[in-house]
Amino acid sequence: MIRLALLLVALALPARGEEIVLGLSRDQVAITATFDGSDILIFGAVRREAPPPTGAGPLQVIVTVSGPLAPATVRRKERRAGIWVNTEAFEVDAAPSFYAVATTAPLDEVLTATEDLRHGITTPRAIRAVGNLIPGAGTYVSAMVRIREAQDLFRLQEGAVDLEEETLFRTSLALPANLIEGNYTTRIFLTRGGEVVDSYQSVIGVQKVGIERWLYNLAQERAPLYGLMSLALAILAGWAASVAFAGWRR
Amino acid sequence: MQLYLPIAEVSVNIFLILGLGGLVGVLSGMFGVGGGFLITPLLFLAGIPPAVAVATSTNQIVASSFSALLGHLRRRTVDIAMGAVLLVGGLLGSALGIVVFNWLKARGQVDLLVELSYVVFLGIVGAMMFIESVNALVKSRRPGARPKRRKHYWVHALPLKMKFRVSGLYISAIPPLLVGLSVGVLAAIMGVGGGFVMVPAMIYLLGMPTKVVIGTSLFQIIFVTAFTTMLHAVTNQTVDIALALLLIAGGVIGAQLGTRIGARMKAEQLRILLALLVLAVCGQLALGLVLRPDELYEIETGAPA
Repeated sequence: MIRLALLLVALALPARGEEIVLGLSRDQVAITATFDGSDILIFGAVRREAPPPTGAGPLQVIVTVSGPLAPATVRRKERRAGIWVNTEAFEVDAAPSFYAVATTAPLDEVLTATEDLRHGITTPRAIRAVGNLIPGAGTYVSAMVRIREAQDLFRLQEGAVDLEEETLFRTSLALPANLIEGNYTTRIFLTRGGEVVDSYQSVIGVQKVGIERWLYNLAQERAPLYGLMSLALAILAGWAASVAFAGWRR
Repeated sequence: MQLYLPIAEVSVNIFLILGLGGLVGVLSGMFGVGGGFLITPLLFLAGIPPAVAVATSTNQIVASSFSALLGHLRRRTVDIAMGAVLLVGGLLGSALGIVVFNWLKARGQVDLLVELSYVVFLGIVGAMMFIESVNALVKSRRPGARPKRRKHYWVHALPLKMKFRVSGLYISAIPPLLVGLSVGVLAAIMGVGGGFVMVPAMIYLLGMPTKVVIGTSLFQIIFVTAFTTMLHAVTNQTVDIALALLLIAGGVIGAQLGTRIGARMKAEQLRILLALLVLAVCGQLALGLVLRPDELYEIETGAPA
């Protein structure tokens, strides 16, 4: 009886023919005082127990890297009494501060709309705006995508993933200089004919270190002390300048 | 060379920020203004988040004003009594300004308020200064014209009279309190010291002698901007000490250069130049409000979830 059940399960589930084996170039990014962006290499291999299936189209790889999620408000300007003022606003519950999608081929060949919806792969799908179903919400989300794409914070890099012999894949991703702290989720999807075959998820930790860490913590946790320190520094610099000037003028 | 700013969370070019500080330093050395009205919009352009730019500018103004004040104290051109009255008003105004700033920030109107304040104040002050200095220049070319006697203004009829020895005034404390109050509000909202409002107000409204005006204005600006810096640091955590340090370093060198350029020019010419500069900044901001923006939407992020 048990054997029969196992057999049924095995038949019902598609055999996990193709699986991802991943190696990131690094899983920690340290923001130091001289931080000026960082390149990370994401690479891996496809393990398969059977020969590649035929007829389902070529194997494709999608890599996404998402920055920490934060709520955001998108505001729209309108002309009121001759000047442009913010009028309506739309709350996005969770939007990534950074989002990059890299693929092996143009997106519409790699992914179907249904699979995109299910896994939240492309940028508009990765922005969550639940409970905010006001009319025209889409224009606010697309405005957000447009603005962050212009700032190079949202990216779609079609064809940026190299896939060799349907087995080894790699892509290089440049993290921007205005990176914020947090966990950057890396997801990898294998697709055939637009259907997701396997996915893999891992995390890159981005953290301020050294003096950056110390100053940030001080400003957050001991704000009065930090404020006094800033003022003391300003007074000292002002005094030093005055002394230097007085000597210089004579 | 890049530096990652710990609070602003952006990486900036060190020389760009030093240059901005230096440029504003030259102007403040030439004209005797703090330069906050220029540094804040310039920081916006350099990609610093507006909240950080406003808060950090106030810290930078503390440094430049303190440096200049020491010079004025040596020359005894500071009216401490007047400064103290202005200060009381200034601290109240500054606290009020922070409340208004945070209230408007929550409603997404803070940029508008900051820009409108800039346009209104820069416009009024620039126009007044331009007319006045052109008149002065014309008069100085006409020999034999005698300076007019100081008029009695309506402000001299108010109660609560006080003696201000250094200024040689015996007037009510209410007008200086109100001047201080409005400058305090400006300091908090616009990230400026308010010298460009304070100096004309002291000359034209309070009738103070010009030689003590700048020192006295600096005296009260230091306290108001220091207080504002603390309020921003405690309530918003938006003072970036690394950014402030770069601006201060640039500003100190620039101010020295500016003082030398200024010493070679006529006072009226200097004032006309400053008036034109103020009007140019005002015009630029006004255009930004009236013209259709390229992007009608803007994003404001909250704290990470």
